[in-house]
Amino acid sequence: MALLDDHVREEVKRELAGLPGAVKLLVFTQEFECDYCAETRSLAEELSELSDRIEVEVHDLLGSKAVAEVYGIDKIPAIVVLGEGDRDYGIRFFGVPAGYEFSSLLEAIKMAASGDSGLSPEAKEALAGLKNPVHIQVFVTLTCPYCPMAVQLAHRCAVESELVRADMIEASEFPHLANRYGVYAVPKVVMNERVSFEGALPEKAFVDYLLAAGS
Amino acid sequence: MAELKFLVAPEIGKALKEDHPYDLVIVGAGPAGLTAAVYAARKKLDTLLISKDIGGQTLLTSDIENYMGYHYISGKELAAKFEEQVKKYPIDIAVGEEVVSLSKEGDDFLLTTAGGKRVVARSVIVATGKRSRPLNVPGERELVGRGVSYCAVCDAPLFAGKDVVVIGAGNSGATAVVDLIKIANRIYVVDIMPGWRADPVLVERIAAAGEKVETFFAHEVVRILGDERVEGIVIRPRGGGEEVELKVQGVFIEIGLIPNSDLAKGFLELNEAGEIVVDCRCRTSVPGVFAAGDVTDVPEKQVIIAAGEGAKAALSAYAYLIGQRR
Repeated sequence: MALLDDHVREEVKRELAGLPGAVKLLVFTQEFECDYCAETRSLAEELSELSDRIEVEVHDLLGSKAVAEVYGIDKIPAIVVLGEGDRDYGIRFFGVPAGYEFSSLLEAIKMAASGDSGLSPEAKEALAGLKNPVHIQVFVTLTCPYCPMAVQLAHRCAVESELVRADMIEASEFPHLANRYGVYAVPKVVMNERVSFEGALPEKAFVDYLLAAGS
Repeated sequence: MAELKFLVAPEIGKALKEDHPYDLVIVGAGPAGLTAAVYAARKKLDTLLISKDIGGQTLLTSDIENYMGYHYISGKELAAKFEEQVKKYPIDIAVGEEVVSLSKEGDDFLLTTAGGKRVVARSVIVATGKRSRPLNVPGERELVGRGVSYCAVCDAPLFAGKDVVVIGAGNSGATAVVDLIKIANRIYVVDIMPGWRADPVLVERIAAAGEKVETFFAHEVVRILGDERVEGIVIRPRGGGEEVELKVQGVFIEIGLIPNSDLAKGFLELNEAGEIVVDCRCRTSVPGVFAAGDVTDVPEKQVIIAAGEGAKAALSAYAYLIGQRR
């Protein structure tokens, strides 16, 4: 059974119309599919049916160990969003991007297709001065209306700077990580294990934290 | 496994036109702001809708059963339908932007955002709604994000199999309990009043969960316990009596709301509760500035009432602009 109903399919078609470049979704799952692994794979496949610019490549976490290592995939389900010519901007989704996070997946696809982060000129300039790699993990739940702001901002930073990688992590699918990082409210953002905060911050405050994490 | 839903949400951070004099700027995109946007667009007003999110408090409500036309609809689905209707019209929508100040500039109004953007408007509708009221007890501020939550619908999934307490036995508290019944292990409810103040349909649903939910009515919260994270809560009977300690990992605070009227302080007349005072045409104390929905002193905070007030505010703004042209 299709995950997306006709109404949502129409909206998605409209959102993805005229993508300026090709996008590849790498989906990581395993032979005996985990909770939401099958849904994540189906979701990617259904999206590729709605746009001829989207290609899907399904990998087995263990079977494609080398590929998983290249993209830093250590848990499933996972989606890596690649741009034109398989360019890796550092956009990752761990757990199914359903609920409010579905819009983050659509945004990530549009961003990867254009290569434009859409950040303000000030934020772009600030990120150009980033010195060290920053790994952003944004913990979310699928019923949190504020979470996509944090996820999309993190992904924008990843597109803007080659030093940034940004993961959406659906907290209820990875309770061990939620536990390890003390996730009791979402969105919770962890940067390089040393900076963390709750809430969807405005762009400038978010970028300031990012620069601190990469200093 | 829960049924998955997929929501196509607005593009965040879409550009607004700075220093472009809009006919009307609507601040806030809950039911009042969204309805105002539709009415303004139909009057062909050059309109900007600017808001932190689309849906406002509707997004924090899991079930809505009293908005006409729908027996049952989730808050996010209703917000999505509102949004879809707004997007049929060619108005500017800036999501992810918080307006922090509103002032008069010549004949126009100047709005500034948290990010320092400036917006100019010939008329304004403030529809910024309300946000959760804090308890103001020791331990609360320190433990926000460490087990203290003001957004049950956001954070409930993080408390699977855990023991939690919901403070507040009104409609929002009862709704949080209903959400948590499916997720948490044990749910305590604490309220200073002697019983539920929620709609009877919600109370019945909670009663059906049996012993999983335990109530402490006519109790007040003394403090929240824990260092790194919430470990418990101390309550005592109102009017004195022995303190009771409940071991919980989550504290959901649902004791009512305060208006998001900071941007209007010192500019518009507010009542004692901080709500913007409006007349029956949604006019505030400053001509050209209108207000609608939960941020105003209009009684009864309901989606359907906010929507109606939003419509009225837009029509009043239109009448004001026509009058200005003369």
